[in-house]
Amino acid sequence: MAEYIKKGIPASKGYAIGTAFLKGRDEINVSEEKTVNVEQEKAKLATAIENSRAQLEKLREKTRLEMGEDAAAILECQLQFLDDPEFTGAAMANIEANRLSASKEIYDIMNTYAEIFSHLDDEYLRERKADINDVGMRLLKNLTGKTGNGFGNLPENAVIIAHDLTPSDTAQIDRSRVAAFVTDIGGPTSHSAIMARTLEIPAVVGTGNITASVKTGDLMIVDGYEGMVIVNPDVDTVTLWRNKKAGYEHERNQLKELIHTKTITKAGKHVILAGNIGNPEDVEKAIENGAEGIGLFRSEFLYMDREELPTEEEQFQAYKQVAEKMEDKPVVIRTLDIGGDKKLPYLPLPGEMNPFLGLRAIRLCLERKDIFRSQLRAILRVSTYGNIRIMFPMISCLAEFLKAKGFLLECMSELKDEGKSFNEKIEIGMMIEIPAAAIAADELAKEADFFSIGTNDLIQYTLAVDRLNEKVSYLYNPMHPAVLRLIKMTIEAAHQEGKWCGMCGEMAGDPNAIPMLLEYGLDEFSMNASSILEARKIIINS
Amino acid sequence: MTSQTVIITNQTGIHARPASLFIHTASAFKSNITIAKNGKNGTAKSLVSLLALGINKGSEITISAEGEDEKEAVAALVGLVKSKFGEK
Repeated sequence: MAEYIKKGIPASKGYAIGTAFLKGRDEINVSEEKTVNVEQEKAKLATAIENSRAQLEKLREKTRLEMGEDAAAILECQLQFLDDPEFTGAAMANIEANRLSASKEIYDIMNTYAEIFSHLDDEYLRERKADINDVGMRLLKNLTGKTGNGFGNLPENAVIIAHDLTPSDTAQIDRSRVAAFVTDIGGPTSHSAIMARTLEIPAVVGTGNITASVKTGDLMIVDGYEGMVIVNPDVDTVTLWRNKKAGYEHERNQLKELIHTKTITKAGKHVILAGNIGNPEDVEKAIENGAEGIGLFRSEFLYMDREELPTEEEQFQAYKQVAEKMEDKPVVIRTLDIGGDKKLPYLPLPGEMNPFLGLRAIRLCLERKDIFRSQLRAILRVSTYGNIRIMFPMISCLAEFLKAKGFLLECMSELKDEGKSFNEKIEIGMMIEIPAAAIAADELAKEADFFSIGTNDLIQYTLAVDRLNEKVSYLYNPMHPAVLRLIKMTIEAAHQEGKWCGMCGEMAGDPNAIPMLLEYGLDEFSMNASSILEARKIIINS
Repeated sequence: MTSQTVIITNQTGIHARPASLFIHTASAFKSNITIAKNGKNGTAKSLVSLLALGINKGSEITISAEGEDEKEAVAALVGLVKSKFGEK
């Protein structure tokens, strides 16, 4: 049979070559007849609920062990549906009122809610349709005695073909035999897609009708990059994709091997590869990708999406989570960088002609010392829980840095008077993101313990280019000689005073810029977690 | 009957965890509690019914209770929403 291609939505990266396993669509017989025995139908439903509960609890535990808490939460939600007064509760009541079978009542309510969920605006809530159907079908199977799962005889390297995969399906599948998922429906956030990414296998979803054309046993190629599958590929096609797959796996394994590798250049210089994070949850991803520290912890998340300022205690708890997870690895907390274009509903600020040149970041904090004080106290108090460093954003001159540092010292003596402990030798650094600071870096390096270059703003201020403005964005060039000179000056100025210099802008993770930054002597590179391993590969080969 | 209208301000709206907390809180009261959003009504003690309202960040919902502990029930649920369900 000739090969043919089906296109869908790429939902999880990677390549697979395997044998199709078609999961049949569940067929359930729903009895439409008027029942003679209401009590018997109610008892049948009660038994089906109890059996379903036992099955789901088992699956939840299995999933928790194999795939973690987040994946198990889906089954937890289904367990709640089992006891829901508007679902099984309503079905019980309806059996009595309509004198219809238990299966008919469950079937109707399941469809009613599936229909409602599928029309909601919120993507997450729309996906709950899969859960109500999944739990509903489980009840129906228990009612009609068809309880076997559809994945009994999976071949090796099975490509699972299904209309859609439910949480019950993915919890039951023997993971060691699955090579890929392909479904008729769904998008990048559907359950099948999320599970494929968790299992690190390729997936193509939303193919329309793959279940209608593929048979169990067909040879298949799944390309999770292009979002396509090739059914019954000929020998040459298989060779082509086998090579792609080998290349991809080789690269991925090479990078994975680097997770615990120290970032040491061929010349023997150890640099720190760190992660940028925006909230405490991001730490996990940084650690998984081998971060040797957090080079930029943006503290804005604590202030956004709320109606009043966060308390000192709230901030302390959030910082503590990060400090403890990173153990003794360095964590640089940047104080509040807000104002200008980033506004808070509870902090009214007058409109400005030039928000990027206005009252923002450290300027705002020095104006609103009440806000600044609670943040500095929280950071200081957390400094005994890990290797915490503090960094001021948008410093433009020495006087401004000294003012901020002076206020920090004030907060320290307050805490001392209150008998609260903190690290008295906490490193106090600053961002270099204003050209004036880069030019005066020699002076600043005498007072600051470290620098971190914020390239996004530094480039925009140096070149006078708003990179979000498409008319001028072609002028936004990290490699502009003036920008490079400022970066070099900053690093040299820090080293002159025996201080370290890092970078936390996007440029730090740019494969094209890394060799040059190493050449300049940059000590720390901080970037999004997903860029770390690639950067490490470049650095250890430099 | 006691009613109060609140706006959902937490990031995720009424998704799985907030919804569970909401139902757990509501179920502790004897009163009948209903939630209304854009003219649609749901039962506060039912997860399906709550999810079906499609409540997300910025939604305005009215919590109404009828029964012996209606005042406490409305106060507790409004408090839960205002606390952003403990989200940071």
